[in-house]
Amino acid sequence: MNFTWTDEQLMIRNIVRDFAQHRVQPEVPRMEKEDRFPKELVEEMANLGLMGIPIPKELGGVGLDFTSYVMVIHEISKVSPALGVILSVHTSVGTNPIVHFGTNQQRQKYVTKLASGVYLGAFSLTEPGAGSDASALKTTAVKKGHHYLLNGTKMFITNGGAADTYIVFAKTNETGKDNEISAFIVEKSFPGCKVGKLEKKMGLHGSNTAEMVFEDCEVPAENLLGKPGEGFRVAMANLTAGRIGIAAQSLGIAEGAFHAALSYAKQRKQFGKSIASQQAVSFKLADMATHIEASKLLTYQAADAYDRNQPCKKASSMAKLFASKTAMETAKEAVQIFGGYGYTKEYPAERFFRDAKVCEIYEGTSEIQKIVIGKHVLGENT
Amino acid sequence: MNIYVIMKRTFDTEEKIVINDGVIDEDGAEFIINPYDEYAIEEAIVLRDEHGGEVTVVTVGDEDAEKELRTALAMGADKAVLIDVEDVDEELDHFSISKALTAYFSKKEYDIILGGNVAVDDGAGQVASRVAEGLGINQVTTITSLEIDGTAVNIERDVEGDVEKIETSLPLLVTCQQGLNEPRYPSLPGIMKAKKKPLDTIDLDDLDLEEEDVEAKTKTIDRFLPPEKQAGKILEGEVDEQVDELVQLLRNEAKVI
Repeated sequence: MNFTWTDEQLMIRNIVRDFAQHRVQPEVPRMEKEDRFPKELVEEMANLGLMGIPIPKELGGVGLDFTSYVMVIHEISKVSPALGVILSVHTSVGTNPIVHFGTNQQRQKYVTKLASGVYLGAFSLTEPGAGSDASALKTTAVKKGHHYLLNGTKMFITNGGAADTYIVFAKTNETGKDNEISAFIVEKSFPGCKVGKLEKKMGLHGSNTAEMVFEDCEVPAENLLGKPGEGFRVAMANLTAGRIGIAAQSLGIAEGAFHAALSYAKQRKQFGKSIASQQAVSFKLADMATHIEASKLLTYQAADAYDRNQPCKKASSMAKLFASKTAMETAKEAVQIFGGYGYTKEYPAERFFRDAKVCEIYEGTSEIQKIVIGKHVLGENT
Repeated sequence: MNIYVIMKRTFDTEEKIVINDGVIDEDGAEFIINPYDEYAIEEAIVLRDEHGGEVTVVTVGDEDAEKELRTALAMGADKAVLIDVEDVDEELDHFSISKALTAYFSKKEYDIILGGNVAVDDGAGQVASRVAEGLGINQVTTITSLEIDGTAVNIERDVEGDVEKIETSLPLLVTCQQGLNEPRYPSLPGIMKAKKKPLDTIDLDDLDLEEEDVEAKTKTIDRFLPPEKQAGKILEGEVDEQVDELVQLLRNEAKVI
């Protein structure tokens, strides 16, 4: 068992920390206020090589391990959870599926551009009537000659509108089996692919969440990702990586909120001494720090298992469940420590509070994570 | 073009610094490349990309400085050299460091040597200038613009806020001032490549120097932090009275007018 970072990981961490503090932090107020996608920051991330960290070198990525990628999401999310999720969705579920299930042609065409940050990626599974129950989706893909025609509406698509490519899941009818779902690589520029309304969210301002509408959207037959009917497998395989990414984002939120609360508690004086020296507050800080540490261990343990190709479905669900809960609890307590100031937009606590909530919802709700973990515990999913 | 950069590893002045008995506590300190040296590294890389050649980053220190050398390599430098003085018993100062560097450069072929204007830790600004003197080459400090055409060099330098334009020629040593460029962050692919780039360690023997040759000319008696900033003073009363009081305070207490 070895809990130390490599020199290389430490160097990456320092650079990303510096980038987050000096380049990202100054943009946060504007992202909050205008709720505008931070295109320039994403370009800067691409220049640093951050858009293809765990993607193999021969496909235009950096070829680093998944753990290093998780560390980058963690660091960026301490400052901007919105930027953290843009990166996580782009890589874990926007690019990874093509790396793992794509043909050589698809990889050369799309992964090289996604990994270098020329393209931004997104993942389109959720629909108005199909959230946690992904199999209930209604979008259809019908083969017509050399094309599939896609029809349907997708919801809550992170990076929607900003992204160039979308992994879209739709019902097909090619194998004769019931409830057949297939995955497709859809470019935003394909005829019939439209960006619907942008959601106005509680938090994560600056990160797009859009509706995507497909009306007789023409997708070339060679853009079928994986085999016909393999869609559910494609989705599930990459949700594991996605969950570890969101665990890392949650961890960043928790630490961001904790450090803001800690430094405030040290300088805020009431009754003649700093509030941090009041046991009521120091106990809160102790609980926050302990839960953060536990989340960190679960998250990096899951990332490490992923790197070593070990089963990590349970580990990723546990990391996501616990880290997102920790983010929410920590942000809530941070607001409390800031007191009245915590309820204002002058201080970062309320932003972390609003950003944290979605971590318990997307990439599988906490309840879904418990179903996954429960099945593993009961030995039904071995 | 043979381009060299003199780099110093220094503690991060954005972090809290703890001093015990006149010695900076390194346990809690974060270390970085001296920010002024980052300008030098950036400029060196730009020069190489424009004129060809090679960038070598040199530092005097111990094994710990390898981390900052690797960072310079990750930014895009081609080679790194550590002049390791960890085993030297003598106390070292700016003279010692410049002596070692001068000995190193006297065996090399160089067109330009770049350094930072000062190091943010002790702010002496001595080493680079001493090296230029030791080598007997042209030097220009606090540069904010650099153009090289053949061996002719056009420079703008910062003179207390004014700009001085200078024409000089290679071989040359310059020290870099804020405003010269915007240092790049090392990219992740850059970090991966840096692992395979050469990082050589040499010691005083390799430079034909004895320990006595680098013995410090100065002795540091003590180090201490500046006094803590006092809370501001809020003046009260009629505006006229406040103005009078302010003028009095500026004259007698702050002694700025």
